[in-house]
Amino acid sequence: MTATGTGMYTPKPGAAPLTRMIAAQAALETKMLLRNGEQLLLTVVIPTLLLVLFSTVDIVDTGAGEAVDFLAPGILALAVMSTAFTGQAIATGFERRYGVLKRLASSPLPRWGLMTAKTLSVLVTEVLQVVLLTVIAFALGWSPHGNPFAVLLLLVLGTAAFSGLGLLMAGTLKAEATLAAANLVFLLLLVGGGVIVPLDKFPAAAQDVLGLLPISALSDGLRDVLRHGAGMPWADLGILGVWAVVGLAAAGKFFRWE
Amino acid sequence: MRSEPVVQVQALVKRYGTKTAVDGLDLVARAGVTAVLGPNGAGKTTTVETCEGYRKPDSGTVRVLGLDPVGQSRELRPRIGVMLQSGGVYSGSRADEMLRHVAKLHAHPLDVGALIERLGLDSCGRTTYRRLSGGQQQRLALAMAVVGRPELVFLDEPTAGLDPQARRATWDLVRDLRADGVSVILTTHYMDEAEQLADDVAIIDGGRVIAQGSPEELCRGGAENTLRFSGRPGLDVGSLLKALPADCSAAELTPGSYRVVGKVDPQLLATVTSWCAQHGVMPEKISVERHTLEDVFLELTGKELRS
Repeated sequence: MTATGTGMYTPKPGAAPLTRMIAAQAALETKMLLRNGEQLLLTVVIPTLLLVLFSTVDIVDTGAGEAVDFLAPGILALAVMSTAFTGQAIATGFERRYGVLKRLASSPLPRWGLMTAKTLSVLVTEVLQVVLLTVIAFALGWSPHGNPFAVLLLLVLGTAAFSGLGLLMAGTLKAEATLAAANLVFLLLLVGGGVIVPLDKFPAAAQDVLGLLPISALSDGLRDVLRHGAGMPWADLGILGVWAVVGLAAAGKFFRWE
Repeated sequence: MRSEPVVQVQALVKRYGTKTAVDGLDLVARAGVTAVLGPNGAGKTTTVETCEGYRKPDSGTVRVLGLDPVGQSRELRPRIGVMLQSGGVYSGSRADEMLRHVAKLHAHPLDVGALIERLGLDSCGRTTYRRLSGGQQQRLALAMAVVGRPELVFLDEPTAGLDPQARRATWDLVRDLRADGVSVILTTHYMDEAEQLADDVAIIDGGRVIAQGSPEELCRGGAENTLRFSGRPGLDVGSLLKALPADCSAAELTPGSYRVVGKVDPQLLATVTSWCAQHGVMPEKISVERHTLEDVFLELTGKELRS
């Protein structure tokens, strides 16, 4: 080698500390999500509109008591689903399609680090959603009860269950198929998962099946605690736990990076 | 002798279903710039992606900087830089944002601002990736490959589809990397790119390396050269042939236009001109054509490279 360079590119390789890599990745993922109009529609606009509309206009019979006391827990469950499932599935599906996952796989960030960052980004978004929706619900006259720890546990298990299902979809289907399917599932679960329509409006046979959906378990569990002041909603936590284990295991097994 | 190999591939086989993409490929790349040259579908990308740790060999061994790209990926990844053939960037991110992000994943990254200026990416401004031009997207991918100050950079078709100016900017960067001691493995199906940049060229066809060497070695060793001249039509080619060394051929291609093919050296040129003098021929437009990699490739594979 005869030519002398500027020294600008002289090799000095090395990975950044893991925590710094994961924090940077989580920050970027969150930024991408908050910049995306469709994602904001899904995670912020729709839950907010539904909460305000159904609390103030008597469209669906939500049973005795204030409508907002029925709706707020359901909308919180919807917020978790919109971010952990629909939003994450669509974003990850397109990252896979456009080679982002592939490119990051050859960076110093390990794959589990990328997944950790994705989870952190989902959690940060959920905190923002919960704060916003809680403030709005209070303004609408919401009076929640119950054990905050039970609420937190439900939200975390719900996030795990929906993340597993979302990543399973993103890692196995084409990006366009994920986009269509994730939106369709969002709509179906919004209607049939006890979010704004009480499950007891459905025929008894359907109720038994619908009650096993992760969205039903989450909205029902949150409602038991926040509306009725119940203790630990073990049945709902159990359903969410099973979905989380099955979903995450399947995603771990079948996820394709490119 | 140059230093230890940066990449060592032995008897690599990689199949996709029933299709064999790489079929017993051997490749040794040393410090400097190595071009992996071949037509589309020759197995270039599969070979490079196996070195990057994306694919597991069906058989054979791959060592990059002495490491197994799959089993020792964690040690290897910080030391290499990767430019994929396309994509690799969040569609909603800006060029500087993505580059700064990749820099954050490394311990001693380059100065991002200087790199952005060097590659002319400052003109991207606040435009998101999906709205950048093809050339800007390529340059960003290139910047992402070098920002972590790697020892070895893999560039998969780095100038495919670029305009001449952007192409030259990429070539300049590769030369700067080489001068600073960064090794580069690049795949290309552009002959001139390999000739311009590479210390070493490996020609791949049908999933194997069919020739390897410096561009000069390949042109000298693989192919014969051509001498052309013009004179009056109907010269006695048989007599010329007798004057030439045994392994040469001579022909009148069109009336008055002659071609001699063989090992063209000063002695041969003198033989031809003295034969002309003896026969009272004034040779005009004498030219000696050095064979290009393109000719070598054509000779070795019977295929045109640019497909």
